[in-house]
Amino acid sequence: MKSEWALWEIFIRSQHGLAHRHVGSLHAPDAEMAINNARDVYTRRNEGVSIWVVKSIDIAASSPDDKAPLFDPANSKVYRHPTFFPMPEEVKGL
Amino acid sequence: MYAQMVDTGTRVAGNELDAAEVRFQKRIDDGIRVEPQDWMPDRYRKTLIRQISQHAHSEIVGQLPEGNWITRAPSLKRKAILLAKVQDEAGHGLYLYSAAETLGISRDQMVDDLHSGKAKYSSIFNYPTLTWADVGAIGWLVDGSAIMNQIPLCRCSYGPYSRAMIRVCKEEAFHMRQGYDMLMSLCRGTPEQKQMAQDALNRWWWPSLMMFGPPDADSVHSEQSKQWKIKLFTNDELRQKMVDQTVPQAEYLGLTIPDADLKWNAERGHYDYGAIDWEEFYNVVKGNGPCNRERIATRKKAWDDGEWFREALVAHADKKSKSKLQAAA
Amino acid sequence: MSNKNDTYAYLLRLGDNALVLSQRLGEWCGKGPALEEDMALTNVALDLLGQARLWLSYAAELAGDGADEDSLAYLRDADQFRNVLLLEQPNGNYADTVVRQFFFDAWHALALQQLRVSQDPRIAEIADKALKEVNYHLRRSSDLVVRLGDGTEISRNRMQAAVDHLWPYSGEMFDADGVDLAAAAAGYGFDPSGLRTEWLAYVREVLEEGTLKLPSPEAWMQKGGKQGRHTEHLSRMLSEMQILQRSHPGATW
Repeated sequence: MKSEWALWEIFIRSQHGLAHRHVGSLHAPDAEMAINNARDVYTRRNEGVSIWVVKSIDIAASSPDDKAPLFDPANSKVYRHPTFFPMPEEVKGL
Repeated sequence: MYAQMVDTGTRVAGNELDAAEVRFQKRIDDGIRVEPQDWMPDRYRKTLIRQISQHAHSEIVGQLPEGNWITRAPSLKRKAILLAKVQDEAGHGLYLYSAAETLGISRDQMVDDLHSGKAKYSSIFNYPTLTWADVGAIGWLVDGSAIMNQIPLCRCSYGPYSRAMIRVCKEEAFHMRQGYDMLMSLCRGTPEQKQMAQDALNRWWWPSLMMFGPPDADSVHSEQSKQWKIKLFTNDELRQKMVDQTVPQAEYLGLTIPDADLKWNAERGHYDYGAIDWEEFYNVVKGNGPCNRERIATRKKAWDDGEWFREALVAHADKKSKSKLQAAA
Repeated sequence: MSNKNDTYAYLLRLGDNALVLSQRLGEWCGKGPALEEDMALTNVALDLLGQARLWLSYAAELAGDGADEDSLAYLRDADQFRNVLLLEQPNGNYADTVVRQFFFDAWHALALQQLRVSQDPRIAEIADKALKEVNYHLRRSSDLVVRLGDGTEISRNRMQAAVDHLWPYSGEMFDADGVDLAAAAAGYGFDPSGLRTEWLAYVREVLEEGTLKLPSPEAWMQKGGKQGRHTEHLSRMLSEMQILQRSHPGATW
């Protein structure tokens, strides 16, 4: 028998209020141990308060070939950004 | 460096890059990171696997020379620092293996390649740590050199590699300092302690310079790696930087660098240094260093002894998920 | 009012337990059965080393005479060490290491819960900090006992062999002597014999979950570590640990 531990992607929330962020990956035989391992590998310097683990093979990702159809259209929606609307400097609170 | 003489694959002379490769190179030139799912030339993928896994192996094998002194660290504070440092190296190996895994090779495969001798690791870790001062010398010289190479790699073209390097550099900041700090204590200590420090410098100096790899003139793969932005400075550039940085640090410690030809060259604005014994380097790389066999044997034993442990945990996880499925049915 | 010598002796036991186990775990660093496990075990070693330094520093303060954590760690001979015998046992295979850790963690967590409410504020403070770490150690080692016990045929055999082999060293942790009783009476410590029932119940539960058999609680138990009579393993461990301090007297590192 020769079975490698599965690969897991690790997400850590660094402090209350911030979203979980991908920090890296590691190997573990199941989710529970992946969490324990993540604690020992990725929070050695007090980096986290919450851990998510996801099996790497369970992640669905957008294809690089889709980059143009998926993301180019957003380029033309400049009005979605606050800088699109010049405001008079003397008016405060905008 | 931690990845020496990485083969970039042979290219048939005169063979034009095909259109995809031209586009790929253009993106790298434009500073766009390559991500795992992006198209990449096969040679780029293979070169990176070699380079990153070599780097990872260096971290893992690199645990051993310093680990040799954990049980004998002369104060509890030094013991804690050394434990944390050697543990960090395991972490760095882990980050780097993960980065290589995104290129489609498994960690077990890389480990097998290390144990079979197919994969290399940095020549420096085939030298023995004979005294406590060697631990300081490794931190100061070896980690100091590694950082020099790793900081630019944070900007390398492959996304997962560059992100791993950023994490490594953040953590490694204390490694070099702890080594120098340790040597400062020795150099301020008894004559025996100072002698210990000098002896360590004598033995580690030349291997540290060799660690950057062969001279640029003999580095056949450097040009391609530079183009791909997975190597950002040449071996000789980094080596020179290391010498320039280290000489004043040695002076501060009151230690003598074991090189009669070492002198400041005002014209170049750099230190000149003596000839490196490349025959020794190539022999160490080939497997004839003082500790090559021992290092691999130690790693292999740890791996083999741990097999039942790794398998048992998989077996247990399988049982648990099966019984969960049954309960749900 | 507590007697300074008794408190000193009591602190040595706490410090030496943490120090000796940490020293053993340090032997694994870089040679663990998997990268992730290597790092996890080193975290435990670092926690225990940190605890040892706190206990021994406090002991050194009570001793006065210029002692410090390092003089206590490096300049005492084996017969002056007060750790329990269990912790100086060699690492063996990884099953031995896990079981040794599990037996100790289960006791350690109970002990620190008692010490957290010590009348001696310094002891209470150290115990409070240590307990946070040890709760995780116990969770981890219990989890591994279950997984490796109920893993493969090979792993179960190794775990059962380790349990049987280390069992005779488990009783000493509950063996109360004059130092313990003085600590309990003065309120800065506790009577360890009071922890045995709870320890036994917990250990039995975890072993059972891991399909492992609990050896007889009535079995003959080895003792002597707390009084300085050790197994052959300790002096060998110390001769390695202390070599630099011993061969360079008075040097600063």
